[in-house]
Amino acid sequence: MKMKRNYFALAGRQIMMVLLAALSIYPVFFMVNTALKSKADYINNRFGFPQAIALQNFKEVFLGENFSRWFLNSIILTVTSVLISLIIALLAAFALSRYRFRMREGILKFVISLMMVPPVIMLIPLFIFMSRVKLTNSYTGIVLIYTGLLLPFSIYLLTTFFRSVPHSIIESASIDGCNSIRILKNILIPMSMPPIMTLIVINALWVWNELLLALIFLQKDNFKTLMTGITVFKSRYNIDVPLTMMGLFVITIPMVLIYFLAQKYFIRGLVSGSLKE
Amino acid sequence: MRNRQKFTEISLFLLPAALVIGFIYLFPLVKVIQYSFMRISGNNFKYIGFTNYVNIFNDPRFIAGLKNNFILLLSVPFILVLAIFFAVLLYERMAGWKFYRFTLFLPYILAIPVIGVVFGYIFQLNGILNFFLEKLGLSFLIHDWFGSSKYSLWTLMFVIMWKELGFSIIMIFARLLSVNQELYEAAEIDGASWLKKHIYITIPQCLNVISFLSVILIITMFAWIFNYVFTLTRGGPGTSTIVSEFYIYTTAFRDSNMGMGSAASVILFLIMLAMIIAYAKLFGKEEVD
Repeated sequence: MKMKRNYFALAGRQIMMVLLAALSIYPVFFMVNTALKSKADYINNRFGFPQAIALQNFKEVFLGENFSRWFLNSIILTVTSVLISLIIALLAAFALSRYRFRMREGILKFVISLMMVPPVIMLIPLFIFMSRVKLTNSYTGIVLIYTGLLLPFSIYLLTTFFRSVPHSIIESASIDGCNSIRILKNILIPMSMPPIMTLIVINALWVWNELLLALIFLQKDNFKTLMTGITVFKSRYNIDVPLTMMGLFVITIPMVLIYFLAQKYFIRGLVSGSLKE
Repeated sequence: MRNRQKFTEISLFLLPAALVIGFIYLFPLVKVIQYSFMRISGNNFKYIGFTNYVNIFNDPRFIAGLKNNFILLLSVPFILVLAIFFAVLLYERMAGWKFYRFTLFLPYILAIPVIGVVFGYIFQLNGILNFFLEKLGLSFLIHDWFGSSKYSLWTLMFVIMWKELGFSIIMIFARLLSVNQELYEAAEIDGASWLKKHIYITIPQCLNVISFLSVILIITMFAWIFNYVFTLTRGGPGTSTIVSEFYIYTTAFRDSNMGMGSAASVILFLIMLAMIIAYAKLFGKEEVD
């Protein structure tokens, strides 16, 4: 009797899981499937498999418009903002974990609460300021903004991790005459690879996928990112759905790659850093 | 002497972060309050008292935006319950869990604008969803999902849930990996059923993550859905899917009314502030250590 009940429960769980997995994967399948069709194929056969794999869409995406330029812009902005924010956050997290001082917890709490302030609230003053100092349509302006927005979560994650590193390790190093910078560089950073990788993935995904700020601060075609680019792309190629889908697919590949490369660290980093109980 | 050196070191380590945060968060937060009392045209800033606030509260688009934000909150408990359920299934290593882990996290990796464009085609009047419904003989279920103001907000909510669920599952799954196995073993020896085991062990053990996620999700529904709205509906049809962020964007940058946009930003900030304070009061004690 009990065996039978378990069997039904297991089957039920499998069915739920299959449904959710299908639901999660279908839009991706739809995108790839459509991207591989020729325009004529799409018109006659909208939802079936492609009759012949049409790879010319891939070529056409890169030839069309400023796509390669947008791609480059996205890479530049993602790499620079993620790296700069990482360095600044490492320094701040070091101060917030390795020194004891009166305002320490207050500062950390304040930083945590900033995580919840959405960028749309700062948008108008930042825009007015950046227009005045002529930093709209420039890498500098937007990298500065992205760096700032990435900092609260980065500082929080690294601080909680640094605090979990046993004090004795640091102490023996300082007795050996290591100064603070060397302790950070030679001991803490190598020990913190899982949370650092987690941060890089989460932050890179965020910058790569960011739309609102890019829309406002990078309006010139030469400075557009892929995310703002596709909205242009979509309206310009509205009739050519397969080409649009190929564009979307190409945009997605780098992030899927990053996620896979770091997946091993990613879940461990979440456990060890942000959710330590 | 020693203390002074310590103070200098701390300040130097914190300085870059303090400068950037001050410039990106604090300076704009002060400025946006100031601008909300001004009429701004070009380089001309003029104080006009509370006029902007009076104007936005008389603007049906702003009211509709706030109302839609509140309606979207309804999805939060559903996301949490589904996330706990599916994270538990993954954690229990059900057959095929590695494959499922990959597929369930997929929406989290995809960019919202990408998702927006793809779902836009799926939910079109002559899109694949309606095509399937017709094939299955369910023609009465065919709707213009994003085109009719009756369904658009609910369709939008579905897309948001589809995307946000993945992140919640990852977070709960990650937390489950560090739950002490012996708790479950003890419960099994005592003959606890599957459901009981998870209600009395999983949920209390994951309470911190669940509360963290509920805050993140509530904030998302208020202040992180611009991307969905911009790529899927642009607030339409009518005002059926307009949200506060989209209102701020259109008012400030399409209608060039920076003053009213700032007033709307301040209102949104006050709502956020209320939630942050509520969160700090409820969970602040455990948060720090």
